[in-house]
Amino acid sequence: MERYRIIFSGSGGQGVIMASIILSEAAVLHEDLNAVQTQSYGPEARGGSTRADVIITDTDIHFPKVTQPNVLICLTQDSYNRFSGIIRPGGLLLTDSNFVKQERKVDARQVELGMYKAVMEKIGKPIVFNICMLGVLVGLTGLISAESVIKALETKFPAEFQETNRKALNIGLQLANSHK
Amino acid sequence: MNKKTLFLQGNEVCVEAALYAGLDFFAGYPITPSTEIVEHLASRLPQKGGCFIQMEDEIASMCAIIGASLTGMKAMTATSGPGFSLMQEAIGYAVMAEIPCVIVNVQRGGPSTGMPTSVSQGDVMQARWGTHGDHAIITLTASNHQDVFAMTVEAFNLAETYRTPVILLLDEVVGHMREKLLMPEPAEIPLIERLHTSVKEGTDYHPYLPREDGRLPMSDFGGVHRYNVTGLVHDMWGFPTNNPKIAHGLMRHIVDKIENRVSEITRVKEYFLDDAEGILLSYGSSARSALHVVKNRRKSGERLGLLELQTLWPFPAELVRERCAHAKYVLVVELNMGQILQEVKKAVDDPSKVFLANKVDGTFITPTDIRNVIRLILGKGV
Repeated sequence: MERYRIIFSGSGGQGVIMASIILSEAAVLHEDLNAVQTQSYGPEARGGSTRADVIITDTDIHFPKVTQPNVLICLTQDSYNRFSGIIRPGGLLLTDSNFVKQERKVDARQVELGMYKAVMEKIGKPIVFNICMLGVLVGLTGLISAESVIKALETKFPAEFQETNRKALNIGLQLANSHK
Repeated sequence: MNKKTLFLQGNEVCVEAALYAGLDFFAGYPITPSTEIVEHLASRLPQKGGCFIQMEDEIASMCAIIGASLTGMKAMTATSGPGFSLMQEAIGYAVMAEIPCVIVNVQRGGPSTGMPTSVSQGDVMQARWGTHGDHAIITLTASNHQDVFAMTVEAFNLAETYRTPVILLLDEVVGHMREKLLMPEPAEIPLIERLHTSVKEGTDYHPYLPREDGRLPMSDFGGVHRYNVTGLVHDMWGFPTNNPKIAHGLMRHIVDKIENRVSEITRVKEYFLDDAEGILLSYGSSARSALHVVKNRRKSGERLGLLELQTLWPFPAELVRERCAHAKYVLVVELNMGQILQEVKKAVDDPSKVFLANKVDGTFITPTDIRNVIRLILGKGV
């Protein structure tokens, strides 16, 4: 399979790192793929810039970081400004229109979607913004199945959150579908 | 898949492995980037009947595991640079009093409080010489989760075998990284249990009288034998002495029991060394970048190899000299200013062929960083 090198970037508290964990865990435990997830963040508990790197493939992974992503997700203007230049030619650049204005053309598929807006309108809880973003990601790339993401969500979170998580994931999948 | 597959952080793998090895007692004080070890043991260890204590600081943590170990428990603590500094005096006590225990140091940027969330391998020499006085120490490291598991178990086994503190030097990247772990089955990795004395109650027990093979059988402190434990130079009873003959014997014993068994203690991994013209020598997380380079360059026919050290101390000098004898150059890849580099230079026949690829800015060394140094060594521009 193609080697997916993904960078999730944003601000502390947006669930960027959690999204990266759910995706990579789903790939390893439910699709029998290989994945490595790393993260970098400052000492603060909230705020501050956050970045998580995920590599998903069916072969060995040694170097665990991503230097040139073929999927780049930026959830703040600051992270977009910092990372949009390092995307691999032909890759996918996904941003949220509420937080990011894509000011430049890069040699990649540039997708701006109102994920945050849709989550706030239909669910009203910003906490599942990251799950919606995962829905868009798997919808646009077909990297792993939505069912595998749901399985990972079910083992990671208590039962009372499953309904909301599933809703958020579906909103993401629909957004991706309407963009295809 | 027959084995249970888990997707964990390196720190969580260390916890699973410590429980597998039979950990009974943990005392620690949480510090980034080792906090997850403390966090997970706080819930997991009491579940299996062990004892977890969060101490007031790292000095107390180290002292607590020494006490627990003396009573017969398998004991461990976990920390990072600043906490590791605080533990040094008590580590020396454990060396002198020959008390088995495991100290995990998930390294971060230093010195002092440095960069808590950034990677570093700057504590290699502190692991060796952080505590004062001539002594020997065992230090292990690992670059991936399967090896973190194996080396954690190994740390307990070596601690019991040699009655010594064993330091497990992980780093922020390995500690925080998540990847697959195939959980070993029970008894798949052999466990070494404590050698207990056969001396019965009411018979004189000499706590520091080695058997013929040099090993010292222990008696659980507070049990049937009364004996003294001290950081002072001591006789076979454990009582302080200034007798030069006894002092010399003790010094030789605590150093020789480890330094004379380097080949038994050494764990390394070798990749493509047979025909390698250039050898990368690395350990811990930076060995992952080195292996990436080696595997990639092999595809285009470049004769590169990797020697990955899992035992840092005692330093496997003889093995390094042998493996590097026919290489045109040796490139040490580490996240410090050349701590293992100097050991490699001392070990090889021609130190002028040993070079360093490093990074000390808190970021992780990339394959490109390493390739650039190789190009410089080969006289090509970057």
